[in-house]
Amino acid sequence: MTANRLLVIGPVAFLAAFFLYPLAAILGRSFGGGEFSPDPFGVVLGDPYYLGRIWFTVWQAAVSTVLTLIVGLPVAYLFARHEFPGKTVLKALTTLPFIMPTIVVAMGFIALLGPQGLVNTALTGVFGDGGPQVRVTNTLTIIFMAHAFYNYAIVVRIVSAFWSNLSPRFGESAAMLGAGRIRTFTHVTLPLLMPSLLSSAVLVFVFSFTSFGVVLVLGGPRFATLEVSIYELTVKLFRLDVAGALALVQLAFTSAFLLVYTRLQAQSAVPITFVPVDAVTRQRRGFRDVAVLAAIVVGLLVVLSPLVALVERAVSSGGGYSLTHFVGLFTDDRGSYFYLSPLMVIWNSIRFALASMVIALAVGTAASYVIVRRRGRSGVVDALFMAPLGVSAVTLGFGFLVAFNRAPIDLRGSWLILVIAHSLVAYPFVIRSVLPVLRGMPPHLKESAALLGANPLNVFVHVELPIIARALLVGATFAFAVSMGEFGASLLLVRPEFTTIPVAIFRLLGQPGESNLGQALAMSTLLMAVVTVGFVAIERFRYRNVGGF
Amino acid sequence: MLGPSGCGKSTLLRLISGLETLDSGAVLFDGKSQEAVAPHMRGFGLMFQDLALFPHMDVQGNVGFGMRMQRRSSDAIHRRVDELLELVGLAGYGRRKVHELSGGERQRVALARSLAPEPKLLMLDEPLGSLDRVLRESLQVQVRSILKEVGVTAIYVTHDKDEAFAIADAIVFMDGGLVVQAGTPEALFRAPASELVARSLGMRNILPGRLVQAEGVAQVECAIGMLAIGGGVPVGVSSGGDVLVLIDERGVTVTIAQGGEVPADALAGVVVAREFRGGESELRVRVGNGELICAVAQRDAGADVEVGDDVTVVLPLGAVTLLR
Repeated sequence: MTANRLLVIGPVAFLAAFFLYPLAAILGRSFGGGEFSPDPFGVVLGDPYYLGRIWFTVWQAAVSTVLTLIVGLPVAYLFARHEFPGKTVLKALTTLPFIMPTIVVAMGFIALLGPQGLVNTALTGVFGDGGPQVRVTNTLTIIFMAHAFYNYAIVVRIVSAFWSNLSPRFGESAAMLGAGRIRTFTHVTLPLLMPSLLSSAVLVFVFSFTSFGVVLVLGGPRFATLEVSIYELTVKLFRLDVAGALALVQLAFTSAFLLVYTRLQAQSAVPITFVPVDAVTRQRRGFRDVAVLAAIVVGLLVVLSPLVALVERAVSSGGGYSLTHFVGLFTDDRGSYFYLSPLMVIWNSIRFALASMVIALAVGTAASYVIVRRRGRSGVVDALFMAPLGVSAVTLGFGFLVAFNRAPIDLRGSWLILVIAHSLVAYPFVIRSVLPVLRGMPPHLKESAALLGANPLNVFVHVELPIIARALLVGATFAFAVSMGEFGASLLLVRPEFTTIPVAIFRLLGQPGESNLGQALAMSTLLMAVVTVGFVAIERFRYRNVGGF
Repeated sequence: MLGPSGCGKSTLLRLISGLETLDSGAVLFDGKSQEAVAPHMRGFGLMFQDLALFPHMDVQGNVGFGMRMQRRSSDAIHRRVDELLELVGLAGYGRRKVHELSGGERQRVALARSLAPEPKLLMLDEPLGSLDRVLRESLQVQVRSILKEVGVTAIYVTHDKDEAFAIADAIVFMDGGLVVQAGTPEALFRAPASELVARSLGMRNILPGRLVQAEGVAQVECAIGMLAIGGGVPVGVSSGGDVLVLIDERGVTVTIAQGGEVPADALAGVVVAREFRGGESELRVRVGNGELICAVAQRDAGADVEVGDDVTVVLPLGAVTLLR
């Protein structure tokens, strides 16, 4: 029984010490009066400016969600119902945007649609200097596009996994009862897909709601979500009271949505049968089918264009192609105190990511076990463990600074503070990966092993571990990617000697000058490369449609 | 359509319905090729083994689906749904959800659903496969009577010979993607075209033999002895040729040996095994160099034999058939 106790205490203690404690510390300061207003909620709710911010965050998240669903559904259809050469590669490519750090996504869009971006450069080339230009930076349009770009992989993963497990007999029965393609879709397929659509929509909403990097970099001064407002209030204006109140408002919203999401997940938990999915592919490959396929593939490539543009802009300089920006990264021609060798920065990011990955795996797996054992109320427990995803990363980062610079946990000057912050944000992804596999594991497996004489440790090592091994691998990959790309908390927690790549990119962006922009693009490309290599390599080990939301 | 698993019967249904495309050949209905007609336009009904009732609709939603697709008025749909539910014995079930129904009830809803849009042809792919034996047997009778009452042309696929006998007017026996034999159940039973058909129809006494005399009274020599043949000799087999001997298990008479001589037209045997089956007993009798399976009705004297008893086995002429 002690092992069981440890299993439960572990993740709970982690959550308490590294989530609740810093949160309480910072909120204590925010609401503690003193140099701040004694009634920050009153300030927030009474000021139309802040109310406007809240409202903006809500409706931009809603619009982003709808847009993401529209972009993601056709791609989900493509993967659920068709087999074609190169499908695995394409599938990995579609997930690429999601694991990209938000700063890279933002840079990609600047590279594609910015004033010196690929599209505008091409337009100038064709129409000359006075010709049409695309001006979408610092507008809502680009924010929505970036959100859809970033999040459509969630819709694709969740919906296509569900769709491909949907018995084709339903569609065939509908056809035999006289329903053509369209009516089969509207009357039968769509209603049956609803749980997965809702699931993915809720998750996309939460991510769009808490969006930081994208809005900060692409939105300009006019558009700020709650998270961006919290950042400015905390770092620039030092109004911790208002920041704290906003953080709580944000937490209230995301908690509600995460609760809905985890409820949906628990209800629609289907035992995963480790049997290859029935041949679900359409048998008739008429011209219309090929055209639809082609349209979707083209659309997919269009959606991936920001990343392509990123690379293209990073290697172009002065009208041609060269590696100037990359070289510039490695030279310190200004003798700046803040100069940090990119190799050092990359090494920092990688070692912190590996460390957070290990911690996230341990905590996430233990938490998954706790959730699965809860059975009836598992939705609530699940949502509790997911809470770090919905909390303002900036607030959390600042909370870490405030809470961990003295006893009982003193992490001043230590890179551990950064690693722990990363693992906090990363472990929910491990849960999303491991939990479905645990839920789908037939109970008789463990019982059979026990009856054959295996003690609990042996049962775990020989029966459970092999089954969840791949889910662990997937969770580890996501945790690694999340840590590599973490931006909000890192912005507050890094010190010059342990800067991470996203922060370095942001600093480069903050300094004017074309070479700085070029170097920011080059750095982003490097980050994209590192994350891609790690991710694609591990994609090959993935179970079909297992793990990952 | 009857045949072992994998013989292609389900594939054939899918080809007829248009859910699979032909590589060559044609599907003709009423003389007209169906190649250019999409599945949802053919007007054929198909009932799957796993039923595929729409879980997000209730019973009347499911049953009325086909008619909604035909854009009939909601009054007409309502009336017909009630009519069909009555027909399958589920009157009043309209509002029930699919997951609230038992196995047999779901079966009947699926049947009602496929009948509702008045298909020109109804195909049923092992619809009773997932039910237990008792329920299956009672539903077989009901399905046949419903189909007869509605009067629709139906193709019923199964691997179970008893089900085929219970339901069919005519049986097509398939193996390895080919039609092996077609005819009424009685015709198949009386003269199976091959050993496979015979075995699939449940015949177990299939012995290799040699034809001894082709004219007049034909006789065949096999492991259990020399037997006289009542029926015809298969075409193309002459004296000395190899044949298969089919002996009807229920056509055999078994009596306890009275001691002394074995009568001229009987064979001597020893009971090797006995299995009580309720209305009858199944005996395995060693005769000559072979074994015979005999099904003896409980009220017959022969049912009282024990293992090890000496018995006399009489094979009436009609009980023995020859196959190529």
